[in-house]
Amino acid sequence: MKQIKVLGPGCAKCVTTYKNALEAVKSLNMEVEVIKIEDIEEMMKYNILSTPVLMIDNNIKVKGRVAEINEIRELLQQ
Amino acid sequence: MFDNLQLFTDWLTYSIFGLEHGSKMGAAVNFFIFDTIKIIILLFFISTIMGFVNSYFPIEKVKNYLSKNKLYGLEYFIASTFGAITPFCSCSSVPLFIGFVKGGIPLGVTFSFLITSPLVNEVAIAMFISMFGIKPTLIYVLSGIIMGIIGGFILGKLKLESNLMPWAQKLIQSSTQEDLIEGEKTAFSKRVFPVINESIGIIKSVILYVLIGIGLGALMHGYIPTGFFEKYISKDNPFAVPIAVLLGVPMYSNAAGVLPIIQVLVQKGIPLGTAISFMMAVVGLSIPEATLLKKVMDWKMIFIFFSVVALCIILSGYLFNIIL
Repeated sequence: MKQIKVLGPGCAKCVTTYKNALEAVKSLNMEVEVIKIEDIEEMMKYNILSTPVLMIDNNIKVKGRVAEINEIRELLQQ
Repeated sequence: MFDNLQLFTDWLTYSIFGLEHGSKMGAAVNFFIFDTIKIIILLFFISTIMGFVNSYFPIEKVKNYLSKNKLYGLEYFIASTFGAITPFCSCSSVPLFIGFVKGGIPLGVTFSFLITSPLVNEVAIAMFISMFGIKPTLIYVLSGIIMGIIGGFILGKLKLESNLMPWAQKLIQSSTQEDLIEGEKTAFSKRVFPVINESIGIIKSVILYVLIGIGLGALMHGYIPTGFFEKYISKDNPFAVPIAVLLGVPMYSNAAGVLPIIQVLVQKGIPLGTAISFMMAVVGLSIPEATLLKKVMDWKMIFIFFSVVALCIILSGYLFNIIL
């Protein structure tokens, strides 16, 4: 099962990214686990600089901006 | 540039709405419509330009460069400028702060970034151009960057490392020179849509503040006589700047909300320097920011950080009043 992680301390952009991820997963009918990481200490383990970050199976795919629903869908299908 | 917009606004206010030329209501409505449209246009342009810059800006490379090279002071300038370029989202500030510290970049240099980041951003620049024109905007941006450099330098000299939270201190000790993962490689055509989308998102997220700010501004514009504040706050009053800054620090609003009010205050007689230092205090220092920083540093360090920055803002307020 694929896994998406959304990293961000809870600002508007991070919330949108998380919602987009859920939306993308729903529209694909795939089994994907979506996790939201808001704790900064936890977040820093992933060596990031700008948030929000979208990770798929522990690879950073999008960072520092909102990931679009279509974009996430494409990334999941790769 | 906005002459046609003024003609359109006049036509709308006086011909369509039928308000009387020269009436208080007419002036207020005219001001409200003109400013709202102008700001939305500018916000869209500036945030789209900044969006593209950001989309290509190699954050990781800058960080790696700063942590590997000895730059003899230039690192403060780089970090501060970098703070001006990075986007509006304040919650990215803390991850970046930690990322810097973790990469072995000195605390002072990291502070330079942290000071400039909220002060200079696309929203502040767009609003500033629309209200005061290009020259004050450039002065504002430059002084924001200089303030970051000076503030960061002073804070660096204060050796505050021991006031970081234990987990952050541990990160410094284990600071590694590892290269961060490179940025995404995305074609230009694929970047356009997200950038424009984000600009629209920025406008959406600040539009309410803008409307409230302009609404208040419009009322004051129409109803407070010109020169009203001069009686109370003049350039000669040496306490005006510190008081404005102390009032501004606990308040929190983004540039979008305060600037329309600042514009009217200036029109009605408050010196531009005093008004700008008030705005910087509101935008750059706030209670929400302190609570965010609390995750990384103790109260003493936050207090010192706020004091140094507030002092810099006060000094630049005096300077503005002299040169503007």
